Amino acid sequence: MPAVRLDEIKKFFGAHCVLDGVSLTVETRDVVAVIGRSGSGKSTMLRCINGLEEIQAGSIDVAGHKIVPGGNVRDLRVLRREVGMVFQSYNLFPHLNVLENIVLAPKVVKKVPDEEARETAAVVLRQVGLADRAGAYPDELSGGQQQRVAIARSLAMKPKVMLFDEVTSALDPELTGEVLKTIAELAEAGMTMILVTHEMGFARQVANRTVFMHAGKIWEEGTSEEMFGNPKSPELKTFIAPQLK
Amino acid sequence: MAYEMHFGPVLARAPEFVNGATNTILLSGQGIAIGLTLGLAVAILRVDGPKPIRPLVATYVEVFRNTPLLVQVFLIFFGLPYIGLRLSANAAAVIAISFNLGAYSAEIFRAGLLAIPRAQIEAGLALGMSRVQVIRHVVIVPALRVIFPALTGQLTLTLLGSSIVSAISAQELTLAASKVESLTFRSLETFLVAAVLYISLTFLFRFVYWLISLWLFRRTPAEAVRLPEPKFVEPRRAEA
Amino acid sequence: MIQSYGWSSLPFLLNGAMWTAALSVMTFIGGGVFGLIFALLRVLGPKPVKYAVVVYIELVQATPLLIVLFLAYYGLSFMGFYFSPLVAAAISLTLYATAFLADIWRGCIEAIPKQQWEAADALAMTGTQKLRWVILPQAFRIALGPTVGFMVQIVKNTSVTALISFVELTRAGQLLNNMTFQPFEVFLTVAAMYFIVCYPLSWYSEYLKGGPRARRATR
Ligand SMILES: Nc1ncnc2c1ncn2[C@@H]1O[C@H](COP(=O)(O)OP(=O)(O)O)[C@@H](O)[C@H]1O
Ligand SMILES: [Mg+2]
Repeated sequence: MPAVRLDEIKKFFGAHCVLDGVSLTVETRDVVAVIGRSGSGKSTMLRCINGLEEIQAGSIDVAGHKIVPGGNVRDLRVLRREVGMVFQSYNLFPHLNVLENIVLAPKVVKKVPDEEARETAAVVLRQVGLADRAGAYPDELSGGQQQRVAIARSLAMKPKVMLFDEVTSALDPELTGEVLKTIAELAEAGMTMILVTHEMGFARQVANRTVFMHAGKIWEEGTSEEMFGNPKSPELKTFIAPQLK
Repeated sequence: MAYEMHFGPVLARAPEFVNGATNTILLSGQGIAIGLTLGLAVAILRVDGPKPIRPLVATYVEVFRNTPLLVQVFLIFFGLPYIGLRLSANAAAVIAISFNLGAYSAEIFRAGLLAIPRAQIEAGLALGMSRVQVIRHVVIVPALRVIFPALTGQLTLTLLGSSIVSAISAQELTLAASKVESLTFRSLETFLVAAVLYISLTFLFRFVYWLISLWLFRRTPAEAVRLPEPKFVEPRRAEA
Repeated sequence: MIQSYGWSSLPFLLNGAMWTAALSVMTFIGGGVFGLIFALLRVLGPKPVKYAVVVYIELVQATPLLIVLFLAYYGLSFMGFYFSPLVAAAISLTLYATAFLADIWRGCIEAIPKQQWEAADALAMTGTQKLRWVILPQAFRIALGPTVGFMVQIVKNTSVTALISFVELTRAGQLLNNMTFQPFEVFLTVAAMYFIVCYPLSWYSEYLKGGPRARRATR
């Protein structure tokens, strides 16, 4: 069974059709890069996968849970436990320190005992290389560190799939490296991931598959090698041409 | 003709003042507890409640913010018995003060809720929290931080505003002062003493709010945070 | 004397409402003039004057209006000054409004960035020129919303003068209630009359502040 399956999903904002029949299958341990122009619907697709946006047609299966149009809220929350999401703007909770940010959701959502939640936090913080900053508050961390904490916070929920939405776009160039390295290590460890990114080199290197979105559709998809080495559609060719020069 | 102040007869009534001040603390304390709870509930309903309820709670807020507390007190104390709800003066006072503060604090809470970036809320939802859990764990404290000065300012107005329920003879400081005045005929001294007591109460309440803010917005010192030692070596990291 | 409450009672309430309006206007003018002076003294005055203004604002803002009113009406009469309810009401409300408006406007003046003062300095303006042409016009724009908001407080505050028997709208309601024993109708009418004046002011204040409500209303 695939980890994620989108079947002909449609998403409208008012009359504006932002996702126009998107189908995508992501197998367990796949790392799928999603590329495309700004406004092509990449973020919206990710947000549909964990139910932050409602879909108007089609269906989404994630780790054995199904979302259909008009589905109920409780199902969404069950599904969200299986899906981790990391945002462009980190969104750490400013009044909580790093440790509290990480243990919060396991404790209140999964009712994990405090001791166990802290142990998990210790593991995920080591994973992102920030075990020494457990007591820091978000405003005491650099953007790159905050983003790694945000990744750790998602990992602590032990998700089956991780979604990354342009997680390095808000960072100064010298800070993107540490975040990309963390993501690459996760990929190597076998995490199933969908990552929207503008870092073409990174996508090509880390993702085994790449999806090109255009005008609310999946315009072209294939292995990352094919997509970057031998793009077929003229739109993908023009899109990746400047990056590969 | 120079007027000579004589505080003696007034200060001889100290127990009545103390009693009045205590009643004002109790009355405002109840009004604040109920009013803030009501205000928070109304703010959440107004921001995040079912669509049909929103105009209803908005009407409540606007009606109570745009009419005088004194008229609200009269309406509740004299008006409600007329439709079959008889209340003691003290109960009417608590209800009026609570509803009044409920409306004002709802607007303040609402501003706080709206000040929290949508992305923060989505981060909570994406972690699987329910809306109530998001409000409780993600929104409340940062929102309170934003509105704390406005909120405590409003609470001071509520404390001082409670003086007008003396108009229906509810037990509190101003009523106590009026009684002392009618017994001593020392109006100036009596109301000066009352003023000093109100000023002291205001600063006392502010001190309490300050203590609450220290507790609400406290930060754990970084040294006090310890991670548990790893129990096992992660297999995947070991392979790599 | 018991009479029934009806249309014939309206002129009596309207007469009270007129006094509410008159007292509100007096208070706003008096509080506005002194409030502006106090705000300027608070920001620009010499140290002792600044502190005196701060003490005044802090003390008034920590005292109930009703107590100020009782001091002016009952307290001062014992000193040989007898004030009519109207005068006592006008004095107390003005004292009160002065403190609040001074505080609001101080905030608005201080909200103007320091660079604006420096820019005006650089143009060799005098103190009053800086205020007149650079600082106050900008502060005025910020102050508009909160000031209109405070007008609502003034209108509502005038109701407290009913408790020294000044016959404004609330007192008129009380008297009418004593005659008719129809408190529900009487005080609902009174509340509606306040609402008719206060709600548009509140709305306009939010609109000027550019708050969420205003944005929704104009969308
Ligand atoms: N909440 C929203 N309301 C209305 N339109 C939206 C909203 N979110 C996104 N859109 C529109 O949907 C389209 C796709 O947006 P998005 O998924 O953010 O694109 P991408 O992430 O690829 O840049 C854009 O045209 C955008 O303007
Ligand atoms: Mg996007």
